[in-house]
Amino acid sequence: MDKLMIKKQAIAGTVESSDVQIIIDQNPNKGIEIELNSSVAKQFGRRIREVIEETLENLEIHDAKLVVEDKGALDCTIKARTIAVVHRAAETTKAIDWEAIEEWNV
Amino acid sequence: MERLRRTMMFVPASNAGMLRDAYIYGADSIMFDLEDSISLKEKDTSRFLVYQAVKTIDYGKTETVVRINGLDAGGRDDIEALVRAGIDVIRLPKTETAQDILDVESVIEAVEKKAGREIGSTKMMAAIESAEGVLNAVEIAKASERLIGIALGAEDYVTNMHTKRSPEGQELFFARSMILHAARNAGIAALDTVYSDVNNEEGLRHEVEVIKQLGFDGKSVINPRQIPIVNSVFAPNESEIENALNVIRAIEEAEEKGSGVIALNGKMIDKPIVERAERVLNLAEAAGLIKRGAQE
Repeated sequence: MDKLMIKKQAIAGTVESSDVQIIIDQNPNKGIEIELNSSVAKQFGRRIREVIEETLENLEIHDAKLVVEDKGALDCTIKARTIAVVHRAAETTKAIDWEAIEEWNV
Repeated sequence: MERLRRTMMFVPASNAGMLRDAYIYGADSIMFDLEDSISLKEKDTSRFLVYQAVKTIDYGKTETVVRINGLDAGGRDDIEALVRAGIDVIRLPKTETAQDILDVESVIEAVEKKAGREIGSTKMMAAIESAEGVLNAVEIAKASERLIGIALGAEDYVTNMHTKRSPEGQELFFARSMILHAARNAGIAALDTVYSDVNNEEGLRHEVEVIKQLGFDGKSVINPRQIPIVNSVFAPNESEIENALNVIRAIEEAEEKGSGVIALNGKMIDKPIVERAERVLNLAEAAGLIKRGAQE
């Protein structure tokens, strides 16, 4: 697949119950930085970060700054919102490489 | 046992909470909507959300359906995502001709091939929402082996017909009859349109009684509160169940004795009566009124 690049700031998701809103932006050569606000941060904060980091790793995004507003989202919702926000930031929402996503997303 | 489709619940694909909870309300089918309830700018995020939900969440025995956009409006991506995720049924909105079905089928088949899924494993449904669609219903219903049902989408249809919906529903009589005949002719299910006034439970009950009497298999619902009402109308009453059980018992007895002609209370039992009895018992079981196997 063509490499996904964070070209601009993007947002995906909502702050409704059971959802998560993620804002992503460039963070050149500074790795992944996640600012997490969650009503369940004490119990699930580490897990939420893990899901986001794993998904970014799979999408080969190594540098990005994220602001995450979690409202008790399931792992599958966090994953879906992360994939969506990366594609928006990479300006590739009209040409999604499903095959590449399916390779790791089992 | 033939799958029951008394209720098909609409769930907007953009709503994470509803995607998670959709199966707990007891609908026979859940229809994730990527079309009219999703704004243009949220098609991409909603598609990822429902893709991931279908891949991950165990919806149990509930049939999963996705309403896609037209092929020229994002429908190809919808199909690519949801066939890969393993959705049971792809529902095409605004179907006007048999060719519309064939076009969608070829996209589904291409994705099944690419993704290594069994060819033909993804089923299809067609929603008919215009005069042209109603007039072509017979060909539409027979257009593909994948089709499991056709549905009436009344809101667009009445607009197309220069009228509006009424409590009596005369404006839908022709469309409902056409769709029903087309479905029966093709051996697939016929699903009625939504009842939009969620607070009018009596109105809903009346409409379900009308479409059940016409012969529909079920109805689309837009709110979980509508499910028990639809199911209760479709549930057979005690004497219908008793009669159906007697029919099946008479058949079994006759088979044991090896007698050819079967009669119950002096009336001959033939194939349509047996079919009707089977359907009554399926509905009774789904409504929790009997347990199959324990009926004897």
